[in-house]
Amino acid sequence: MSSLLPQLTAKDFASDQEVRWCPRCGDYSILAQMKKILPELGIPREKFCFVSGIGCSSRFPYYMNTYGFHSIHGRAPAVATGFKLSQPDMQVWVITGDGDALSIGGNHLMHAIRRNIDINIVLFNNQIYGLTKGQYSPTSPRGSKTKSTPYGSVDNPLNPLSVAIGCEATFVARAVDVDIKHLAEILRRTADHKGTSFLEVYQDCNVFNSGAFYYASKKGEKEDNIMYLEHGRPLIFGRSRDKGVRLNAHGRPEVVDLKTGISEDDLLFHDEKAEDPSLAFLLAQMKYPEFPEPLGVFRNVKRPVYDEVVRHQVTAAREELGDGKLDALFNSGDTWTVEE
Amino acid sequence: MSAVDTLSGPSGRQHEQVDTVVVRFCGDSGDGMQLVGTQFTNVSAVFGNDVSTLPDFPAEIRAPAGTIAGVSGFQICFSSQDIFTPGDEVDTLVAMNPAALKSNIADLKRGGTLILNEDSFEKSNLQKAGYDFNPLDDGDTFAAFRVHRVPMTRLTRDSVEGLGLSQREADRCKNFFALGLVYWLYDRDPKPTEQWVSDKFGSMPTVAEANLRALKGGSNYGFSTESFTVHYEVPPARLAPGKYRKITGNEALAMGIAAATKLSNLDLVYSGYPITPASDILHELARFKHFGITTFQAEDEISAMSAAVGAAFGGVMSVTASSGPGICLKGEALGLGVITELPMVVIDVQRGGPSTGLPTKTEQSDLMLVMYGRNGESPLPIVAPATPGDCFWMIQEALRIAVQFMTPVVLLSDGYIANGAEPWLIPAVDELKPIQVDHPQGPNTAEGYQPYLRDERLVRPWAKAGTAGLEHRIGGLEKADVTGNVEYSPTNHQHMSDTRLRKVQGIADFIPDQEVDGPDSGDLLVISWGGTFGSVRTAVRQCQENGKSVAHAHLRYMNPFPKNLESVIQNYEQVLIPELNLGQLSFIIRSRFLVDAVSLNKIQGKPFKIREITAKINEVLVN
Repeated sequence: MSSLLPQLTAKDFASDQEVRWCPRCGDYSILAQMKKILPELGIPREKFCFVSGIGCSSRFPYYMNTYGFHSIHGRAPAVATGFKLSQPDMQVWVITGDGDALSIGGNHLMHAIRRNIDINIVLFNNQIYGLTKGQYSPTSPRGSKTKSTPYGSVDNPLNPLSVAIGCEATFVARAVDVDIKHLAEILRRTADHKGTSFLEVYQDCNVFNSGAFYYASKKGEKEDNIMYLEHGRPLIFGRSRDKGVRLNAHGRPEVVDLKTGISEDDLLFHDEKAEDPSLAFLLAQMKYPEFPEPLGVFRNVKRPVYDEVVRHQVTAAREELGDGKLDALFNSGDTWTVEE
Repeated sequence: MSAVDTLSGPSGRQHEQVDTVVVRFCGDSGDGMQLVGTQFTNVSAVFGNDVSTLPDFPAEIRAPAGTIAGVSGFQICFSSQDIFTPGDEVDTLVAMNPAALKSNIADLKRGGTLILNEDSFEKSNLQKAGYDFNPLDDGDTFAAFRVHRVPMTRLTRDSVEGLGLSQREADRCKNFFALGLVYWLYDRDPKPTEQWVSDKFGSMPTVAEANLRALKGGSNYGFSTESFTVHYEVPPARLAPGKYRKITGNEALAMGIAAATKLSNLDLVYSGYPITPASDILHELARFKHFGITTFQAEDEISAMSAAVGAAFGGVMSVTASSGPGICLKGEALGLGVITELPMVVIDVQRGGPSTGLPTKTEQSDLMLVMYGRNGESPLPIVAPATPGDCFWMIQEALRIAVQFMTPVVLLSDGYIANGAEPWLIPAVDELKPIQVDHPQGPNTAEGYQPYLRDERLVRPWAKAGTAGLEHRIGGLEKADVTGNVEYSPTNHQHMSDTRLRKVQGIADFIPDQEVDGPDSGDLLVISWGGTFGSVRTAVRQCQENGKSVAHAHLRYMNPFPKNLESVIQNYEQVLIPELNLGQLSFIIRSRFLVDAVSLNKIQGKPFKIREITAKINEVLVN
C-alpha cells in the first residue's frame, strides 16, 4: 500500500444511509466483508465505483461511500461497461443477484464476461426473488414451491458458475455469505484479477428462502458438504480432512475415503490456471449432496483485457495520426471552392 | 429539366445548357447502383453544382437477382441553382434490367431520357420482373420517352477484353459503363471518379483498369453513336463563396460528434448496436479514435443505452444512436438517464415502422415515441436537423444542451437525411461555438457534495467520477432534491417531477426564436420538421412566387418549442402541417396551442414531392 495514502478503514467506506435489508439477511455479511477488504487494496476511495441492477442485493451501492450507481434490472454489467470505458483507472464492482444477472440480464452478463472487461461481478445467489416477495428464480432447484409455483417449479435451474465458465470467464470463484474469512479472501482475489472477475456468493434470504444453503454454511454440518479449492493442491475435504475427490476410469469425479489406502497423490489436483476450462467446469458441476461443493477460485487465467486494448487503440491512433484535427477532418475527401 | 440555352457542341451535336437535372440509376442490388450514384454526386459537387440525392435500396442485401424486390436506385438532382430536394420527376432514367425499368418508369417525366441495358431483357429476367411481354418490342411502353437501347453487357465485356477477367468479373464493371455514358451525356469531368477507382482498387490493378476502361467505354459510346443527339451542360451553381465538400447526414453527425468532443475538451464514448440506417455513424466514429472517441459495439440496444448512461456517470461526453426498433429497446435505460439527470445524446435515425417495418425507407414516425414513449413523466429535449449538413450543427447543439442542462437529449434524424447528400460549406474551426463543461473540483456545500443541489436553471452539478470528495450514489429510484438520497414521499415526487419538467421547459429561454420564411402574417403558415425541409421550403416558395400569402416555419427544436412559436402561429389564418407520418407533430401542435391545424400525411417510405405539398397548400387556401 502506498505510504502516501491516508490509512482508510472499513468505516471510511460506510455511507450515511441506513442499511435496510431484512434482519439477518446474508447481504449484511457481504457488505461487511467488502468494507473490510477495500481499505487493504491501496486504492483511494474515490477510485471505486459500485454499479448494481435491481433486487435486494442491488441496494448495495447506497451503503458504500464510493461512487455508486443503482441502475435498472439486469443492466448493471452494461452500465458498468460504459462507465469503465469512461474511467478506465477506476475499480468497478457490479453487485447483482440471481434474477438480475441470470434472468433479465443474462445477455449483458454473458457479453461482459466474453469481453473480459476489467470489472468485478459479485452475484448474490439466494435462489429466490426477494424484492418482489418470493417467486422462484433461475437458480431455484426444480420443484421449488414458491408463490408463482405452488405446484413446484418445472424448469431446470442455471448454475451461475457453469454459465460463467461457459462464457470462458477468466476468473471464477464461489464463497458463502457467513463464511467470512474465506469470503474476505475471495473478495480480495476477485478485486486483484485483471479482466472480468465472477464471484458467486451463496446468500441466505432468511425471509423467502431461509436455509437454502445451510448445508454449506452451518457449522458442524457444512464440513462434509463443502470443499475449499487451493491451487496446486489435491481435492480434500471432510471434518477430519479424510475424504478426497479423484477421477474414475470414465473421467468422472468420485468421492473417495483416504483411510482406505488411497493416497493424496491419487486425487484430483486443482489447477486454477489451466487454460482449458474443463476442470473448472467439472468442479462447477459438483453439487451437494452427491458431492462436496467446491468453494474458492475455480479459474484464474490471463487474457487480453477489453478496456486496456480499447484504450491502447485510442492511444495508438493518437500516436500514429496525431491528436485529431478538425480542419483536416472537414477537408478530407473531395472538396471544391466557390469563388466570390 | 429546363433548357436555358442551345449551343453547338464539340461533337457537332446539339449542346444544351440546362439549369436542373434529375438522374436516377437503377438496377439489381448487386449492380452497384449506390456506388455509381455516389460517384455521380461527387463529380457534380466537385464541378460546383448544387446537389441533392435520394438513395433508395432494398432491405435485403441480395434479394433474388432480377426481381422487383431486389431493385436498388439512386436519384440525384444537380443544378446551377440553389436546390433543396432530389426532385419530383426523373429526367434521365438508367435501368439496368427489366425489374428496374418496371419499378421506376412511373417516375420518368414525359419526354425524358430512358437508357436501358438491352442485353438484360431476356426471357428469365422478364419473367422475374413479372413482364409477360418484352417491353423493348412494345411501342406503347416507351412512346412518351427518348429511349436508348444500349447493349451494355456486351459493350462492357468488349471494353475489358484482354485483361484476363472472367465473364462474371467483366460483367461487374457494367455499372461503370453506364456511369461513363451518363457522364458524357451531362458533360461531367470523370477525374474524381478515376482517382477514386485508382485509390480503391490500388492493390488490384486489373480490377482498377477494367473499371476505368468500362467508364471510358461508356463515355466513348455516347460520343461516337448517333443515338444521343443532345448533350447537356449544367453550369456550376452560384452557391455562397467558400470551400465545399459533399456530405450525408450520417457523415455530418459523425463529424459533428468529433467537433463536439474537441469543443468540450472531454473524451467521448459512443455506444451503438448495428441497425439500418444508423450504423454508418458507428462506422465513421470507429475511425475517429485520435479525436478521443471510444466506440463500443454493444451486445444489444439495451446495453448500448445503458453503457451511454454509465459513460455519462463517468463524466465524459456520451452518445448512442439507433433507429425505431432500437429506440423502443432503449426506452427503459433512457428513463434512467432522465431520472438521474445525466447528459447524453440519443440519435434516432427514423425509418418506416412499426416493428421492423421498412428498414431502408424514410419516415418521421418516432416523434411521439421519443417525446412520450417512456414510463412515468419523463420529459427530455428533442432536436431535429433539417438537412444532411444541418446534422453537423444540431448534434453539437444536442450535446451542448445535454451537458449544460444535465439531461438526455434526443436528435431525430431520418433515413432520407442520413443517406442523402448535399454540398456542405466547410466551416472554419475557430468559428465553432465551444461547449462549456464545468466538472466541480470539490464539494458544493460545507456538509459535502450534494449531487442534486441545483443552480438557477434547475441544473444539478456533473461530478466527474474519480474526483476525490465527490463520491456519491445515484440511481433509478426517486430521489430527494439536493442530497440525491432515495426518497419516496408524495410531496417530494411531485416536486421532483415538476422540477424535471420545468428544467426542460426552461431550455426554451436558451434556444433561438422560431424563424419564418415568408410574410410575418398571412393566410397560411406551413409548419414542418426534420427531413421534409427541402420539399416544404421549395413548395412554399413556389406558392409565394404565385402570389399566395403563405409562409414556412421549419422546426429544429421539437421540445421545448421555441418560445415565440405560439405567437408566430397566431399571425396566420390557417396552419398546415405536412409530415411523413399520420399526424404526430400535428397532434402536439393542436393540443399545445389549441389551433385547428390541417395535416398532410404521407407514409410510403418516400419523401414528399414538391407538387404534393403545393397541391395541398392550394387546396387549403381555396377552402
